[in-house]
Amino acid sequence: MNALTLERIGHAYFGQSVLDDIHLEVGQGEVVALVGPSGSGKSTLIQIAAGLVDAREGRIGRNFSRQAMIFQQPNLMPWATARENIGFPLRRAGVPRRDRAARIDEAAVLAELEEDDLGKYPVELSGGMRQRVAIARALAVRPDFVFFDEPFTALDVALKRRMQNLVIAAAREAHFAALFITHDLMEAIRIAHRIAVLDVRGRGIAGLRALDGGPGDRDEAEIFALRQRFLECDPLFRHIHDVDERKRR
Amino acid sequence: MKLGSALSDRAGRLLDFVWSGWAGLAALALLAAAWQAGHEAWGDFILPAPLATLDAALGLLADPGSLDLLLLTAERSLTGFAMATVAGIVLGLTAGYAPAVMRLARPLLTVVLGVPPIAWIVLTMMWFGTTSTTVAVTILIAATPMVFVAAAEGIATRDRELGQMAEAFGYRLPGRFLFVDLRQAARPIFPALALALGTGFKVAIMAEMLANAGGVGGALARARALLDVPQALAWVVLSVIALIVVEYGLVRPMESELERWRRAAQPWGVKR
Ligand SMILES: Nc1ncnc2c1ncn2[C@@H]1O[C@H](COP(=O)(O)OP(=O)(O)OP(=O)(O)O)[C@@H](O)[C@H]1O
Ligand SMILES: [Mg+2]
Repeated sequence: MNALTLERIGHAYFGQSVLDDIHLEVGQGEVVALVGPSGSGKSTLIQIAAGLVDAREGRIGRNFSRQAMIFQQPNLMPWATARENIGFPLRRAGVPRRDRAARIDEAAVLAELEEDDLGKYPVELSGGMRQRVAIARALAVRPDFVFFDEPFTALDVALKRRMQNLVIAAAREAHFAALFITHDLMEAIRIAHRIAVLDVRGRGIAGLRALDGGPGDRDEAEIFALRQRFLECDPLFRHIHDVDERKRR
Repeated sequence: MKLGSALSDRAGRLLDFVWSGWAGLAALALLAAAWQAGHEAWGDFILPAPLATLDAALGLLADPGSLDLLLLTAERSLTGFAMATVAGIVLGLTAGYAPAVMRLARPLLTVVLGVPPIAWIVLTMMWFGTTSTTVAVTILIAATPMVFVAAAEGIATRDRELGQMAEAFGYRLPGRFLFVDLRQAARPIFPALALALGTGFKVAIMAEMLANAGGVGGALARARALLDVPQALAWVVLSVIALIVVEYGLVRPMESELERWRRAAQPWGVKR
């Protein structure tokens, strides 16, 4: 049984079609990376999958009990401390009040946050720390499905790598399935079991590539070689670095 | 341990609050100095000395009859203020969510705000007679629009991505309203409440004076009839003090409690 099934998903903003006839499946415990050029409708698709936007067409099968989401921006509540932000979803998730502190600490450790930082407000944290708080917030609910919408795009290379490793480790540890949007092919190869490429105009999934081995098993040289091979020899990846193909239609 | 740190945090904030009072005191001292200079230039009859006025005010406070007048005015303005707060917040939040309501409300607000409070007093006097209701309803009409606009603004300019975030974690409409939207709306609402409170006191005194409904306004009317400038000034001082007590004893502490995080963002020099 798949964790997430998208069938015939179509969507339009103000009469202009953005997505059409999208089919995608994410298995239990599987991380699927979705790549595509800017403006191809990736964010729209993940918001539909996460239930934030109602699709105009199609059917969504969700086979998980607890979802979490990490956005491009940290989306922290500025009036709450890091600790309170991490604990925010726990109330809704029905975690008893007395257990929440332990859950927050557990998630903070996973996201490499220090005890000192937990008492600070988002304005007092660096950009990378804020994103780690957002990651901890997602992990705190112990999700079995996580939606990632280009979560690390704004981070510098070193921090990005640490965050990717963190996600790989957390996905193994907590065994969640994930849909991970990115336009960085290296990132997709590093953390996913499978890569799906969205058509430049959002008309269906252009193709899928399964990767050998689990995320985290590939070393840097392999990842780099695979990326070169995809970009140079695989026609599927020809357009993923185009910017806003729609405009040139 | 945790309780201890929470307590010391709170005590620290209280001290900060008291400390910021020095700045207020300094401003009052400046005002008193200007007042004293005016007194020395124009004499006792036009402008009595600030100390003499303070003396007169204290004398009034010691007299139970006058204290009752002050409490009556305070009660009326607070009743009107409370009514305006509830009405303004409920209507404003609704309008914030419904742009159509907001579009309808804007021209209405212009009309309501364009009518001077004194005109409302005349009208309510004819509707309700010279009672406390007259005062409260006038305040309601004069102060509600301020709170309304602030609440609507707070909802309309909220960070929608925070709402999406809450939704992604399973919060439904009531949860998002309670934990995310309301919290953001509170920010513009509190300054509007302080403004509405001031309007409440001013309108109450004005209405009392015009409607001869007792209270501080009534006392002021009597002082005017007797050309008793010290008495009139003493009443003014007392009503300003009452306003300050309510604003800095109730509205501002609530606001600073909610806006704690903003202090964390300020550079050190601005905090002190
Ligand atoms: N709320 C909206 N209203 C109208 N049009 C929208 C809205 N959100 C997105 N669009 C349009 O839909 C298209 C797809 O947008 P989307 O955000 O899904 O792209 P994306 O693939 O996530 O791009 P990026 O990689 O730059 O984030 C774009 O052309 C965008 O202009
Ligand atoms: Mg996007």
